[in-house]
Amino acid sequence: MTKLAAAIVGSGNIGTDLMVKLQRSEWIEPRWMIGIDPESDGLRRAKNAGLEISAEGLAAMLKAGVRPDIVFDATSAKAHVRHAKLLREAGIQAVDLTPAARGPYVIAAVNLQEHLESPNVNMVTCGGQATVPIVYAVSRVVGVSYAEIVATIASKSAGPGTRANIDEFTETTSRAIETIGKARRGKAIIILNPAEPPILMRDTIYCLMDDASEETRQKVLASIREMVSHVQTYVPGYRLNREPIFRDNLVSVSIEVEGLGDYLPVYAGNLDIMTAAAVKFAEEYAKHRATVNQ
Amino acid sequence: MAYKYRIEVTDVTLRDGMHAVRHQFSVEDARAIASALDSTGVALIEAAHGDGLGGSSVQYGFSKETEADYLQAVCGAVQNAKVVALLLPGIGTVEDLKRAVEYGIRGVRVATHSTEADISAQHIEEGRKLGLDVVGFLMMSHMTDVERLVEEAKKMASYGAHAVYIVDSAGAMLMDEVRRKVSALRNALPDDVQVGFHAHNNLGVSVANSIAAVEEGAYRIDASLGGLGAGAGNTPLEVFVAASEKYGIDTGVSLYPAMDAAEDVVRPRMHRPIITDRTALTLGYAGVYSSFLLHAQRAAEQFSVDVRDVLVELGNRRVVGGQEDMIVDVAYEIAHRQE
Repeated sequence: MTKLAAAIVGSGNIGTDLMVKLQRSEWIEPRWMIGIDPESDGLRRAKNAGLEISAEGLAAMLKAGVRPDIVFDATSAKAHVRHAKLLREAGIQAVDLTPAARGPYVIAAVNLQEHLESPNVNMVTCGGQATVPIVYAVSRVVGVSYAEIVATIASKSAGPGTRANIDEFTETTSRAIETIGKARRGKAIIILNPAEPPILMRDTIYCLMDDASEETRQKVLASIREMVSHVQTYVPGYRLNREPIFRDNLVSVSIEVEGLGDYLPVYAGNLDIMTAAAVKFAEEYAKHRATVNQ
Repeated sequence: MAYKYRIEVTDVTLRDGMHAVRHQFSVEDARAIASALDSTGVALIEAAHGDGLGGSSVQYGFSKETEADYLQAVCGAVQNAKVVALLLPGIGTVEDLKRAVEYGIRGVRVATHSTEADISAQHIEEGRKLGLDVVGFLMMSHMTDVERLVEEAKKMASYGAHAVYIVDSAGAMLMDEVRRKVSALRNALPDDVQVGFHAHNNLGVSVANSIAAVEEGAYRIDASLGGLGAGAGNTPLEVFVAASEKYGIDTGVSLYPAMDAAEDVVRPRMHRPIITDRTALTLGYAGVYSSFLLHAQRAAEQFSVDVRDVLVELGNRRVVGGQEDMIVDVAYEIAHRQE
């Protein structure tokens, strides 16, 4: 069968890592990379990899009559607001990796199947992709009155976009903890650690459970383990740092995300989990489209 | 006598001091302390959860009171001093800041790890737009070399900070290091940007360090009543004022009211004495964030390990402020290694 033709908008860390992952996909073929800086490392790599490149922006590409099946937007929230409109008018599926959130949130491990018909989906944040599955793993067993996550990432893996607007990370992630993780209240904290060599992405997830009987705890444990195995199917370096710890009504889960080292080194698991989630959505979308078209 | 230096003191009892009482000061405590502080003549009073706006959490401990009740109590009890709040980008947000302004704060201190100033741009700029007194706070300055500190301080100044601080969050600096770092900032920053210094007493030199900072051109110095603060506490206000008087530093703070406030208002409210016990001393020795103290004691108890082993390991891993979740993970690992 023919693969879906994909364009990547944004040639920074996320866009470039995404390209490397899509090159391995059996369902998607990366054909275009669109940036703004012709000298960027991302565009150079894309060219070497045989993609068509442009530094003129998405609007120019669409004007020239190019019609990808799917477009990944790894630019900025502000730019995506414009891109979303262009893509909607052209009838092209959009996968939004910025915090713009014009479409519904998708956490790959939790609600992927619900949004295969949405013309624009938002991939939340790296912290969201890493932690919301755990909150959901707890809330599918027992009510969670409050969930809090702490994402610690290597300074080197946080690009200028993240740094200039760090509130977007905490606010978007908190909302996803509530709407998709199903905690009644959510809070997110992000910390940058400059240690050398850089640390792997670490996330701690705290959930306050409505019930903490031994039976519930066992079910929660089993549910968390199952979720970790599920995430590992598309992010192999996702793992528990230690056994979950129960204390009164609180469960604390600590995970580590080692990247595949596709573009940035393995410490940038935060980058990987975001791009891997976007690829996962795109592949499921491709399968869905193939089924519908049959 | 004629003073050689004139400075402004920011009291942090109601913010850093919150670490030492697990963020449990009540509205009544806040009112009593704020009012006693105001009578000392201190220029600025910082109040918030120990980890700043939005800090109330599982990770850092929940506050007894809501941010609204706590800040309104402090602002309502103060007539002369300016009430300011701390904000750590990544924990607190611009929205939190706007709410705090409605509660009555007139300044914000935006704190980042000493190599990560660029995450403070949004908050410093917004603070200026709101008409606040804005300070940039370079935490864990002992981990970062002079050149990099200068670079980061310049970023904060360029976003609009009125003052930039060298913050010895781990109480790990001695006087020569304070001198080098404070003087480098003073020389590098524009004249209209003040330099500040925030100490912890983990190595017993908070007053000496603060005086050294003044000599190198620091205009803002942090202190707290009875030293109430994370780790072995901050620079004790009353001690610093007395030493400053003898040294020729005009702090604007009256000595006897400061002594009385420490003795009569704050000390009876302490959960434990502020002393350089072995845990607090290990913080300074290993260069670990002072707020880890009570969290580390609890984790060490939970996993039956020596708290000093936990802290030294955290120092080796170059853990930064805010990473309180690492304490349990490290204690857990040490316990499992010992099995």
